[in-house]
Amino acid sequence: MDAIISQYIDAYYFRILILIGINIILALGLNLTTGVTGQLSMGHAGFMSLGAYTSAILTVHFAVPFFAALLAGALVAALFGFLLGLPTLRLEGDYLAMVTIGFAEIVRVFFLNFEPGGKAVGFSGIPQVTTFTLVWILVIIVIYLNYKLLNSRTGRAMYAIRENEIAAEASGVNTTQLKVLAFTLGAFLGGLGGGLFAHYMFFIEPGNFGFMKSIELLNMVVLGGMGSIPGTILGSIILTIAPEMLRIVQDYRLLFYGALLVILMIFRPNGLLGDVRFYDIKKRFSRKEVKSCQS
Amino acid sequence: MFFEQLINGLTLGSTYALIALGYTMVYGIVQLINFAHGEIYMFGAFAGLFLVAAFGVNIFWALLGAMAFCMLLGVVVERIAYRPLRGKSSRLSALISAIGVSIFLSTLMALLRGTNTTRYPQVMSDKTFHLGSVEVSSMQVIILLVSALLMVGLQLMIQKTRIGKAMRACSQDIDASALMGINVNRVISFTFAIGSALAAAGGVMVGIYYNAVWPYMGTMAGLKAFSAAVLGGIGSVPGAMVGGLTLGVMEIMGVAYLSSSYKDAIAFAILILVLIVRPQGLMGQKISKKV
Amino acid sequence: MSVLTLECISQEFGGLRALDSVYLSIEEKEIFGIIGPNGAGKTTLFNIITGIYVPTEGSLIFNGQRLNNVPAYEIAQMGIARTFQNIRLFNKLSVLDNVRTGSYGVSHSGFMAGMLGLPSSRREEKKILSNALQLLELVDLADKRYEYADNLSYGEQRRLEIARALALEPKLLLLDEPAAGMNSTEKEELMRLIRIIREQRQLSIILVEHDMNVVMNICERIAVLDYGRKIAQGTPEEIKNDDAVIQSYLGAGA
Ligand SMILES: Nc1ncnc2c1ncn2[C@@H]1O[C@H](COP(=O)(O)OP(=O)(O)OP(=O)(O)O)[C@@H](O)[C@H]1O
Ligand SMILES: [Mg+2]
Repeated sequence: MDAIISQYIDAYYFRILILIGINIILALGLNLTTGVTGQLSMGHAGFMSLGAYTSAILTVHFAVPFFAALLAGALVAALFGFLLGLPTLRLEGDYLAMVTIGFAEIVRVFFLNFEPGGKAVGFSGIPQVTTFTLVWILVIIVIYLNYKLLNSRTGRAMYAIRENEIAAEASGVNTTQLKVLAFTLGAFLGGLGGGLFAHYMFFIEPGNFGFMKSIELLNMVVLGGMGSIPGTILGSIILTIAPEMLRIVQDYRLLFYGALLVILMIFRPNGLLGDVRFYDIKKRFSRKEVKSCQS
Repeated sequence: MFFEQLINGLTLGSTYALIALGYTMVYGIVQLINFAHGEIYMFGAFAGLFLVAAFGVNIFWALLGAMAFCMLLGVVVERIAYRPLRGKSSRLSALISAIGVSIFLSTLMALLRGTNTTRYPQVMSDKTFHLGSVEVSSMQVIILLVSALLMVGLQLMIQKTRIGKAMRACSQDIDASALMGINVNRVISFTFAIGSALAAAGGVMVGIYYNAVWPYMGTMAGLKAFSAAVLGGIGSVPGAMVGGLTLGVMEIMGVAYLSSSYKDAIAFAILILVLIVRPQGLMGQKISKKV
Repeated sequence: MSVLTLECISQEFGGLRALDSVYLSIEEKEIFGIIGPNGAGKTTLFNIITGIYVPTEGSLIFNGQRLNNVPAYEIAQMGIARTFQNIRLFNKLSVLDNVRTGSYGVSHSGFMAGMLGLPSSRREEKKILSNALQLLELVDLADKRYEYADNLSYGEQRRLEIARALALEPKLLLLDEPAAGMNSTEKEELMRLIRIIREQRQLSIILVEHDMNVVMNICERIAVLDYGRKIAQGTPEEIKNDDAVIQSYLGAGA
């Protein structure tokens, strides 16, 4: 399948498309935690790292089949998400941000000292088995399941927690339980993305999953629109392409990221698409029609 | 040996405490984790470096100059990135904006000065004192003394002056304070100014002590100082001091007696443990939310 | 038989005694009013009943079950719904989704069922949707169902809070100043709505309200709080003529 597609697409764009796909999976995970449920996680790269190292160690050292390794990586990340979320999600939101940073830092330091993962030198020789087709099939599945979840009873309650936690409780929502759920699902997708990433790059090092990677992922969610699936996808696409395409953005990338966050929060706290809905667009159009009839 | 490590720990800890004070005061009043605070500390270190390198001033003027500069920087950051959001936006938005400022400032410095470490010029001759069998360097003495002085000054200001009273009122209930005629914006600006000045003092002294500054020095120091503030009880000024010292000592002891490869993980492990076991910290109070 | 009984409830905040040994008993299907000056402790009482605060002293019994130390969401699931004095809607959710979320406590599909679109979840979703639409008809917001909640007017937002609370199919409904910010026609409408709700849904209502006209008109019994103490209780007629009440509260206005 990949062979056919790569005949039509330049290798460079092919690579970008794969990275976009991986980033969409990662960002949709973070979107569940932060965008939808409103729990600021700034250590998403930590889950990515757990997924990447777990799956890579399984395929390299234990010759576990890729799919099983990928799933195992995602599950390990989810397990850590659960264990971390259970005690901390009862805390006020800001503390959670710090805990997630601290967690990702601890994970990073752990892998810096972890013999089977190559320590600081990095982990090489990972089979390059992540394909374009696989990534995008997974992207479609993840989008579909996200969509179903967010339009279900559970998804609405998650948004409700973000919007007003006390009112959500008063509606019978066990907020701690759902926050832990969102956090665990987000971590699962983080681990999945990490596994795909490792088996595409075939070389990983702890530096791939540092604080800046977490911020980059957070930016994708915030830029596109907190809680919005199309928004998160758009954010992932823009922030994957922009640094690749524009040299100037590459050099000043972090400066730009920083300014972007401030400007967005001041002028469009809900991101580009966060509160744009098909319904409002339709309404605006129908209003215009009414006007033109009258004139 | 143990006592030397203790002195090392207290030295490191008092710089954490200086930074932690800024976090705790701002949090106490506007419930915002001022993520850019670590970068203010970094700018302080560079400002001091600039003064020493360009004008050959002594440590005293370097400290004062850097503190003045960072006061201004802190106030400007608050005006541009936080005030427009206050009252209108969620706390999440404000926090993200703060993260944006933090990234912006550290990258800005990296573009200006490169990402490598810069060495501090010799500011003073290195003397070593002997207290019995314990060796203490002159810089350690200065750090401990200056930190102690600043913290006592801060306590006096908070307890005795008008603006200190206003700060305490605002941290009790900012809306009520506004209704009572306190100029809340001024108090907040003042809090940022004081917090930033303390961080700048920390930055200059750390720069001289370790003889190195670099653009990303604020990130880790900031995160650790915040951990110190949480450890002590966020919002509590004495808590930040105790938390900073405790964390510094724990970190140095951890490196000395356990392993140096996990140095940076110690602070975060403590942070997570404290939040799970005693979220209000060592000296903070439990606050009940109003509905 | 009484639905809710409060026995000797006290609540302290630091040194402040916001409620002081309050006894109350709410009967089935009655509309019970609570009045009192600002800061008397009315909202605090609601917060205790709904599990947001754990009272310093006293016990609460709802349908034979103790509510002390039961978490807020479980109390909601047991059938106590409320509205908030300072409106607390899910602003960036549609009006319809606000009401649908209100039924969370009485619906059951797990997240997997929802994510995979299992038949059980689809059936429940249908039920939730039709209930929500009915409620929106009831509070006259059906044609605004796709608006964001924060696009509604003040009065509409208060009605939406009522609809959301009703989605929980409560046996006891707590309304915290539902008429605040409404004009007189809206208030008339509100009174009619509250009566209809009680008839249709066969529930008990506790109403905290500053507007005497509203309270005296629709409540069967009224309790008066002052500085955290209950200073009087009785029918609207009795309250109007109670000396203590007139002195401390109704004062010159009445
Ligand atoms: N979480 C809290 N912490 C400290 N004090 C509180 C808290 N909640 C309420 N209070 C205080 O308790 C008292 C009663 O407040 P409450 O909100 O119950 O009054 P109320 O009767 O609802 O008044 P209003 O008519 O203004 O709504 C007030 O003095 C208030 O300041
Ligand atoms: Mg009230």
